[in-house]
This record gives sequence, C-alpha cells and structure tokens, in this order.
Amino acid sequence: MGDGTELGRVRGLGPAREGEEGWMQQRFTAVGNLLLVGFLVVSIILLPDLSYSTVSEWLRHPVPAVAMALLVANVFWHARLGLRELIGDYVHEDGNKFACFLAVNFAWAGGTAFGLFFILKLALGGVPA
Amino acid sequence: MASRPLSPHLTVWKWGPHMLVSILHRITGDGMAFVALPVLLWWLGALAAGPEAYASFQHQATSWYGYVVLVGISWAFFNHMTSGIRHFVMDVGAGYEIHTNKRWSVATTVIGILLTAAFWAAVIWY
Repeated sequence: MGDGTELGRVRGLGPAREGEEGWMQQRFTAVGNLLLVGFLVVSIILLPDLSYSTVSEWLRHPVPAVAMALLVANVFWHARLGLRELIGDYVHEDGNKFACFLAVNFAWAGGTAFGLFFILKLALGGVPA
Repeated sequence: MASRPLSPHLTVWKWGPHMLVSILHRITGDGMAFVALPVLLWWLGALAAGPEAYASFQHQATSWYGYVVLVGISWAFFNHMTSGIRHFVMDVGAGYEIHTNKRWSVATTVIGILLTAAFWAAVIWY
C-alpha cells in the first residue's frame, strides 16, 4: 500500500474518474425497469386472465419472452446495485462486508440464471405433452 | 472512540415528507429485492414447470396472505417508481426549493398509492 507519498497513500483505495460507473448503471437500469416492468404491468392488465394456458401462451411469443428475459437481467442487476449500497451504508466491518457482497453476488448470478433458464425453457420448449 | 462526535441522525431531525420518501425508497427497493424477486422467480419457474406447479403457485398467490404479499409488492414497485422518477428530476438539479421539494415528496407518495389502486382495479375489472 502506501509508501508515505501522496500518491502512495491513495493508491488502491478506489476508483479515480470511474467512480460514477455504478451510479450511472443504477440510472440506466432504472430506465430499463421503467420500460420492462411497465411492459409486464400492462401485459398483466391486458391478458384476458392469468391462467396457466393464457400466461404460458403469452410468454411463448417472441416479444414477451425477450422482454421478460431483459427484465430478469435488468432487475437483478439493479437490485444488486441497490443491495450493495445498503451494505455499504450499514455493514462497516470488512469481513462482514465481504461476506455480504459475496452473498449478493451469488444471489444475483443464481437469480439471473434461473430466471433466464425458466423463460427459455418455456419459450423454446415447444408444446408440452 | 466513545467521545468522538456523532453526525446528526434520524432522531435529531424534525420529520418532513422528503425524509419519508427517502426512507420508503430504500425500504421498497431493498424489500423488493428480498420479496418480489423470489416471487418473480417462483412465478416463472412454475410456468416453466407446467400446469401443476402453476396451480400450486396460484393456490398460494390467491390466498389472503398471497394477496397481502402481491398488493405489497405492487405498492412497493409503484412507490419506488414514483420516488425514482423524483430522483431523476433531482439528478438534473431541479426541485430542491423547499416548497417544491415538499410538494413533490407528498405527491410521489400519494401517486404511488393511487397507481397501486388503479393497477388492481384494472386487473380485477378490465
């Protein structure tokens, strides 16, 4: 770490100039959520009912399938950023913070993967027997 | 450490609507991460698994506690959405004047509740 010089003391402590990256991603995904969750909300309202046949038929079409896949990816990334902010504010001990970030990363990866898999399975799985 | 000065926190401020909006934004956002996302995965997983799994999801979702959770999720979303849009306005440097800030703090909270009611009315009657 530091060698006592000004540069040495700040080196490795965090980003310079790229510090707004997470902040920007939070905004980009927020706009994405506005569109994609908006799409889901309108779809739920417009579908004649929410039975298995109606909803699974809807999710097999390209636009709903792609929109829902994008929704899963986008919403889990947005949640990951939000949870990291929560942890940053309330978990101060380095080891605990690491454990929390690790748990959030695992939950994000697992949630995104399962969500996408479910949609692909239904959309590409053909007509069930 | 014990004698170090503490920065002012929740207990010393006079409550205002802007504080409520900020706190609700965090609670609804992180709340959705813990509740809405698992429900979303359950819903998608049930759809992928077939009619029987979907029926058991529906059975829980349409029970009284299921509706409590679903209404809660929808309110969390609409509240987070309206206060999130307020954040975008403030990101461009607008809306910081005390009366404007107060008015829109109240408005986003109320609009969030109205949108939740409108959503369920539309789901039920449309």
